[in-house]
Amino acid sequence: MNFIPPDLAPASSEIFMLIMVCVVMLADLAAGESRRHVAYLLTQITLLGCAILTFISFSTESTLTFHGMFVDDSMADILKLMVYGTVSAVLVYSHSYISDRGMLKGEFFSLILFATLGMMVMISASHFMTLYIGLELLSLSLYALVALRRDSLMATEAAMKFFVLGALASGFLLYGMSMVYGATGTLHVSQVAQIIQSGASSKEVLVVGLVFIVAGIAFKLSAAPFHMWAPDVYQGAPTAVTLFIGSAPKLAAFGFVMRLLVEGMGEMVTDWQGMLVILAVLSMAVGNIAAIAQTNIKRMLAYSTISHMGFLLLGFISADTNGYSSALFYVIAYVLMTLGIFAMIMLLCRSGFEAENIDDFKGLNKRNSWYAFITLLLMLSLTGIPPMIGFYAKFAVLQAVVNAGYVWLAVVAVLFSLIGAFYYLRIIKLMYFDDPETAEPLVSNSDVRILLSANGFAVLALGIFPQALMGLSLYAIQNSM
Amino acid sequence: MSFEFPLLSLIIWLPILFGVAVFATGDDRNAQLARWIALIGSFLGFLVAIPLYTNFDSATGAMQFLENHIWFERFNVNYHIGVDGISMPLILLNCFITPLVVVAGWEVIKERVSQYMGAFLVMSGIVNGVFSSLDAILFYVFWEASLIPMFLIIGIWGGPNRVYAAIKFFLYTLLGSLLMLIAFIYLYHASEGSFSIEDYHKLAIPMTPQILIFIAFLLAFAVKVPMWPVHTWLPDAHVEAPTGGSVVLAAILLKLGGYGFLRFTLPIAPDASHYLAEMMIVLSLIAVVYIGLIALMQADMKKLIAYSSVAHMGFVTLGFFLLNAYGIEGAMVQMISHGFISGAMFLCVGVLYDRLHSRQIADYGGVVNKMPVFSAFFMLFAMANAGLPGTSGFVGEFMVIMGAIKVNFWYAFLAATTLIFGAAYTLWMYKRVIFGAVASPAVESLQDISKREFGLLAILAISVLWIGIYPFPLTEVMHATVDQLLNHVSNSKL
Repeated sequence: MNFIPPDLAPASSEIFMLIMVCVVMLADLAAGESRRHVAYLLTQITLLGCAILTFISFSTESTLTFHGMFVDDSMADILKLMVYGTVSAVLVYSHSYISDRGMLKGEFFSLILFATLGMMVMISASHFMTLYIGLELLSLSLYALVALRRDSLMATEAAMKFFVLGALASGFLLYGMSMVYGATGTLHVSQVAQIIQSGASSKEVLVVGLVFIVAGIAFKLSAAPFHMWAPDVYQGAPTAVTLFIGSAPKLAAFGFVMRLLVEGMGEMVTDWQGMLVILAVLSMAVGNIAAIAQTNIKRMLAYSTISHMGFLLLGFISADTNGYSSALFYVIAYVLMTLGIFAMIMLLCRSGFEAENIDDFKGLNKRNSWYAFITLLLMLSLTGIPPMIGFYAKFAVLQAVVNAGYVWLAVVAVLFSLIGAFYYLRIIKLMYFDDPETAEPLVSNSDVRILLSANGFAVLALGIFPQALMGLSLYAIQNSM
Repeated sequence: MSFEFPLLSLIIWLPILFGVAVFATGDDRNAQLARWIALIGSFLGFLVAIPLYTNFDSATGAMQFLENHIWFERFNVNYHIGVDGISMPLILLNCFITPLVVVAGWEVIKERVSQYMGAFLVMSGIVNGVFSSLDAILFYVFWEASLIPMFLIIGIWGGPNRVYAAIKFFLYTLLGSLLMLIAFIYLYHASEGSFSIEDYHKLAIPMTPQILIFIAFLLAFAVKVPMWPVHTWLPDAHVEAPTGGSVVLAAILLKLGGYGFLRFTLPIAPDASHYLAEMMIVLSLIAVVYIGLIALMQADMKKLIAYSSVAHMGFVTLGFFLLNAYGIEGAMVQMISHGFISGAMFLCVGVLYDRLHSRQIADYGGVVNKMPVFSAFFMLFAMANAGLPGTSGFVGEFMVIMGAIKVNFWYAFLAATTLIFGAAYTLWMYKRVIFGAVASPAVESLQDISKREFGLLAILAISVLWIGIYPFPLTEVMHATVDQLLNHVSNSKL
């Protein structure tokens, strides 16, 4: 027996995270009912610790470990840092919401941390199995999180739907991976790429595998026509969980697509380009048109997510550094906006009252003009109006699409985003043009107030000075390809 | 130019900063403070714009007061601003109108004063940015950003049907500008990575892309101008907007479309412009004649003036696509003059509306008996709107008709019918509102204009007469630029 222990250093933050998840669970048990905030603080410390570990070991070139199953490169580190920040913001925003609803328990935090670990593994995977394990760790934690309020009919229904459809998608993905394995004889991302390039594998088998893989990815991204679960889950899950589902996992999904399609099957770009075009156009159409009919704000945002995922896929279509970095920029911008808007929804909730309908935004300008202004910035950003960051995200993706020669696709994309403008404007209309139905003041803790203000302001400031984030996205992609 | 001071940046950002300061005064307890900050800000905004005229070198058609800084390198986008003889008068017009709008809303706006005043100041800065951008993305950012304050102004302080009007305004304009964005991106790749508008002017483009670019620009600018048949948002927006909103919309925002034709369509797609000029002329003439007839039948004063704006802006686009010096210079004069006249007309209607809360012509009659001073001012502006010689309205229309005669007699003939229709709808409205017997007890109780209103109308009256009698200072500054533009447009880029 000749056992060479793997180099653990590149995975230090994952290992730290795993240890800390156990610590959080045990500490919460020991702390008991009266000191629930211990788990909250420990979770934040964990995220901070991971951020420090990732930051000090920031890799400018890619390091493989665990026999080539795990990779640490600039893109992975940058995405992970974004994930920590997003999860941390999610926790700040949802703290008072979950404690009002009796969900401030150890399970919530440990599930969130497990999901985060899953995302980290997905981002750093360089083997189809590692990718799958990361994805399942994330998905299973999310199913449980959605069902966390087990006495709520809506939530359990949503969790059930999420689970069944998610399992189906995982099945698709696994089947596709097995086809790729059959054709190439390996599951290592880089070796798959080499063998496809050498032409030694059967093209037909690979294409069938690719179809299943793309379908699986579309499920996870909630791209049409595999989007059915998203509106129900967004609506049924507690808003804090919806916020989580809608934000950080999108970053991980970006990494997932990069590893699987770009790094693994990059040679088959002409095959998956066509599939992504269909997915993107359908997503933008379904998302934007269906969102108009919604009266439930969470459902509306679910459809808005679907349309944004369509836009995100456009970035991949051009299949070059320019396009991928635009897609990365898009997903970061999207996460920033989603965080803000769901935080606003939770702010409108009070104990015993769930802000669910878009009418709950009525007259916000008269109730609190500062929060109305923040929401205005977020909505304009989602619409893609400059000088908000959402515009630059759309602009970056569109220029990549035009560069790839798909001018017609860019025209289709802007026409659908014009339709999308309508339902975002409707929220602005409710806030500014209508009178409030309730005079109750908005109560918020100072940490939420500061973070939400910073969040809204970042949407504007990063729009006026977009260079830093654009440069970072370009760096992340260039350094990892 | 050895003018080192970043004057243009100051002209753009000073009103925006003051606007933010006005927002910061908070709710209506500080309304008076908000009004004063807004007035000082808008007045300073006008003062700093004056050196733009006095230091302007009218001998050259090149860009002046240049500033160029890297904005974001990733896509080679620069903060590149400058003015020429086309944009400079429009910036001055904008800086001139803003304090008037602030004063016009002084007593009338009682709710959420700081948001109202702040929105106008921010918009003033943004519009200056549109006129001075020499980078396509910078231009686009300012262009779209100008939608936001106007959307809120119409939606918050507008009339009963304001929500419909605000959303229609926003979506219509967004549709056009999104396609313009794609044209910019196409040009970015065609020019191998430049967003500089001046680079686009030099770029050779084959005919088919030129026509597509022309159409993309046309949608963006035609909606803004607005040209027939995409003008339908304008009457709605005007009718529902508060007085200040109508003034800015007519005086400033419509000019963005006209400016776009001169800065983008003609120089970037000259061959397509020649090829499609007849179509543009026909569309413009439809606006002049058909919309003029529609204006005749309006029962609502604001709607009538809105339709008359469409007809007058039809003259502007007609002038552009005649593609000769008379046409383009006349169209420029027409744009400036329309800024003053339509602004003044909306202020006059605002004066009446503030007193009687009605815009229906039928509700008035015999106003002259109660408001003689007002009626005199209104008379002057109505005459100017009809294009009476000696007022600014005449100069532009006359020049465009001169330009049209050189191209085709029948173009000139049809364009000249505006002098009849314009006089008909304006003076008929004037007669029904102002003359006759006192129509109702409400009219009986009318008070003549206050000092504030007198000041506003007097300033505008002086401007209208000045350009009407002595337009030389205005035509002088744009002469070199228009020559250069025509020279440029006559060379094929194929």
